[in-house]
Amino acid sequence: MQTKEFKIKWGMVIDIDKCTGCGACMVACQVENNIAPMTKKDPYNYVQSLTKDRDDASNKLKTLTWMNVYELSNGKAFPDHEVAYLPRPCMQCGNPACVPVCPVVATDKNEEGGIVSQIYPRCIGCRYCMAACPYHARYFNWWDPLWPEGMDKGLSPSVSVRPRGVVEKCNFCHGRFMKAKEEARINGEDPDNLPEGAYVPACVDICPTKAITFGDLNNPEHEVHKLAHGDNSFRLLEKLGLAPQVYYMSKREWVRKQGDNYIAGDDAHGTQGH
Amino acid sequence: MDSKLFPEGVQRCSFGQFMIWTLAVLAVFGWGLYAAVLVLYNGIGTTGLDNYFGFGLWITFDLAVIALGAGAFFTGLLKYILKIKQLEKIINLTVIVGFICYSGAMMVLCLDIGQPARSWFGYWHPNVHSMLTEVIFCITCYCTVLIIEFVPLVLEQKQLNKIPFIHALAHNMHINMALFAGIGAFLSTFHQGSLGGMYGVLIGRPYAFREGFFIWPWTFFLFVLSAVGSGPVFTVLVCTLMEKITGKKLVEFKVKALMGKIAGTMLCVYMFFKILDTWAWAEGYLPSVGLTFDQMFYGVAYGKWMFFTELVLCGLVPAIMLVVPAIRNRPGLLYTAAILDCVGVTINRYVFTVQTIAFPAMPFDKWYVYYPNWVEWASCAMIVAYGVLVISLSYRYLPVFPQETKLNYQTGE
Ligand code: SF4
Ligand code: SF4
Repeated sequence: MQTKEFKIKWGMVIDIDKCTGCGACMVACQVENNIAPMTKKDPYNYVQSLTKDRDDASNKLKTLTWMNVYELSNGKAFPDHEVAYLPRPCMQCGNPACVPVCPVVATDKNEEGGIVSQIYPRCIGCRYCMAACPYHARYFNWWDPLWPEGMDKGLSPSVSVRPRGVVEKCNFCHGRFMKAKEEARINGEDPDNLPEGAYVPACVDICPTKAITFGDLNNPEHEVHKLAHGDNSFRLLEKLGLAPQVYYMSKREWVRKQGDNYIAGDDAHGTQGH
Repeated sequence: MDSKLFPEGVQRCSFGQFMIWTLAVLAVFGWGLYAAVLVLYNGIGTTGLDNYFGFGLWITFDLAVIALGAGAFFTGLLKYILKIKQLEKIINLTVIVGFICYSGAMMVLCLDIGQPARSWFGYWHPNVHSMLTEVIFCITCYCTVLIIEFVPLVLEQKQLNKIPFIHALAHNMHINMALFAGIGAFLSTFHQGSLGGMYGVLIGRPYAFREGFFIWPWTFFLFVLSAVGSGPVFTVLVCTLMEKITGKKLVEFKVKALMGKIAGTMLCVYMFFKILDTWAWAEGYLPSVGLTFDQMFYGVAYGKWMFFTELVLCGLVPAIMLVVPAIRNRPGLLYTAAILDCVGVTINRYVFTVQTIAFPAMPFDKWYVYYPNWVEWASCAMIVAYGVLVISLSYRYLPVFPQETKLNYQTGE
């Protein structure tokens, strides 16, 4: 298995020690990417009203949350108890589990920058990619998207809305990427050599503690390059070999260990393997 | 009333009785159809599936019936290619069972995918790297082959067969059956394998991921072997159940025992490799990614009891029972072994589908337990009802069992 390499590799470094778990990134993502709110009733579907209500946002396993914040715990009792928050976008894996399995090439990693794309009009909704992705970064449209009256006016024009029955996921706010490249072209700059900060996803933009840094992992001038190579950086499930383009950093050892399937406080697992 | 349509020289229950039976089956079918309409109209949000369990009962059901339907291709291979004559006494039934299993699985798949109207994308935009693409291609081709194998049987219906053209057609199709049996065996082997491959390539899912041979992970071969190790005895069970319901002897026991022997031999080969595979996975792969064998199991739904039931009670035990002639030749024991064998392969498909994705790969995630809801159960029941219906009609009107007259209505040798 080979990691697909690109000249530019857009990536994130998320500082877990800075993240307060406020969830602003999740909200920014919902708004930026036209993710429909979950509504119980569908006024247009009469068959629906005859049988079962749709799921509302209380069913966390059926909501769409491209960016999800997990709570980590060191598992110790009160005075020593610590928690950490781990925001999880799509990792845009270098060796994605989801891409080779898709029967219809609805998802692919072929664009300069290394973002794993998702083509909604092609997806047949087989959900094989969801079974493949261990990060649970892929979401299925269980219900027809529905915006309560008035809310549809707030839709972002640069992001397509997805129909029922397809899989979707974070794409590092691809629309913003397009826009940044377009602006570069207009200004006579090289769209393939965007300066740091010209293109940032919505979650990075909004994070009040500046826990997320975004940029080209391959470019030594970019902050992410430095952070990703720092001593405290790690990637989730490194050992499984998916080579994510999202890095995390934490000064706390238990956090780093948890990130790669070492069970906290249990060194037995940590010493084996290669 | 419909006695003119019966196969030559057999007795069937009265039309009224048959209608009562059919209506009962249709009632189940209708319940499932209602669920299916709901799914198609409202989307699969109506099911118990969610973002954690993108695959659930439907996929398990598909994989299980496809494995159990493997009797068709494997028996066809042995009968037509290796010319094991005995098997012609049960070959018709294996074809019907195979046809039902495959067409049923395809119906479930149509419900299962989120965008059924796009099913043809699998051919139009195929991803040659995806095991699922291979499955899509082979499964449709093989279903076509099964139809081709089923048609001559339909054409042999007494009244139809009186028409000279149809008679000749059926005859010619029969002559070429070896060709289709060959194609079928090839196609079926491949997608049985690809179904296993589908799981073995999941690099992010330690429960299922396997190292491999060339482009195929071990699971590719394990799925083929487990299917041929259980498909033949599933046909035996269907046959026996039909005998119990109709009160007639349809296939002589010798043939059933032969099917048991074939399945048993394959099951032994399968168990040998399965145990090796499990050992290599637990001792080699899991530690290499910082996991232990114990971590792969959880609670009752994903417990070790299931693992041992699959491998020992429903794997080794029936394998031994089926290869030892003294046990295999006792009807009660043969059927017991057959049931265990089929349960074993079903558990295998279940754990590969559900346990694989239930395992919390991210250490801070937790196990979830998946419960299918009534919509999923009902649509599976619909497929079973559909199968029962096809078998009932075939049995009543088509010459499925060449031995029936001899075994039931003639005395003496
Ligand atoms: S995180 Fe999941 S969805 Fe995203 S690229 Fe990796 S495997 Fe694919
Ligand atoms: S759900 Fe869509 S993107 Fe995922 S594997 Fe199936 S067709 Fe591909």
